[in-house]
Amino acid sequence: MVDQSAVGRGFTPVTARVEPGRLRYFLKTLGEQNPVYCDEQVARDQGYSATPVPPTYLFCLEMMDAERPFEFLTDLNIDLARVLHGEQRFAYHAPVVVGDTLTFKSRVTDVTDKKGGAMTLVVIETKVTNQHGAHVADTARTIVVRN
Amino acid sequence: MSETANGRPAVGERIVHKTFPPITRHTLALYCGASGDHNPMHVDIDFAKAAGFPDVFSHGMLVMALLGQALTDAVAPGRIRSFSTRFASITQLGARLTCEGHVAELIEGKGERQARLALTAKDEKGEIKLAGEAIIAL
Repeated sequence: MVDQSAVGRGFTPVTARVEPGRLRYFLKTLGEQNPVYCDEQVARDQGYSATPVPPTYLFCLEMMDAERPFEFLTDLNIDLARVLHGEQRFAYHAPVVVGDTLTFKSRVTDVTDKKGGAMTLVVIETKVTNQHGAHVADTARTIVVRN
Repeated sequence: MSETANGRPAVGERIVHKTFPPITRHTLALYCGASGDHNPMHVDIDFAKAAGFPDVFSHGMLVMALLGQALTDAVAPGRIRSFSTRFASITQLGARLTCEGHVAELIEGKGERQARLALTAKDEKGEIKLAGEAIIAL
């Protein structure tokens, strides 16, 4: 069972490129038709250097390009079948657009037992930087482990 | 986004509202590939049953992506400062989602006027699937 000793633990950084084809597949899956995501000229007219990514796509990029997408589970000895997603947060500091190369650095920031130990909440925070070293976003996920 | 005479939306005003077609197994399969989240829980009924669930169910992040779509239909993506949700309950196959956002508060932050939006994604029975918020620049 994951415990307080996990707090502070870091994971292998992930580098992911925002590829236009993969992004189109994501947009199509969601039925996204907003021209700012689909039409580069519209994006440029709104001040972007290329089409931006939608608000949750950072979460996907990190999983797509990770060597071991569930590293945090295996490293913390958590069974994938006993995990639910509890919360997700994104804070955006600068645009992320097609062509960017992002680096994701994640670490455990909190572990809390709930319901007398029936569940454990694990918070993993991720700092996202781009190819220029700009800090573009912070994300945080709370994982619910059914013990 | 509609605004009042002083250039700000009114507290309580609903500025985000979008409904979506039912979530199908096909949607979950496509999202599995498109999102990079290959957790079998969402596409492999045998895995889901072995884990104690009656069937596969939606990725929480798929529902958050739809809520994000509803949000950026109403607010340009560049004006969103933060976006967060709690996954209140499992979103089942067939769920027809309605995503909404109301202005909860007008605030000053980082040298700009901002609004805090209270966001929800509900299924066709009105059950809350996601509850969250976004801070947007006005």
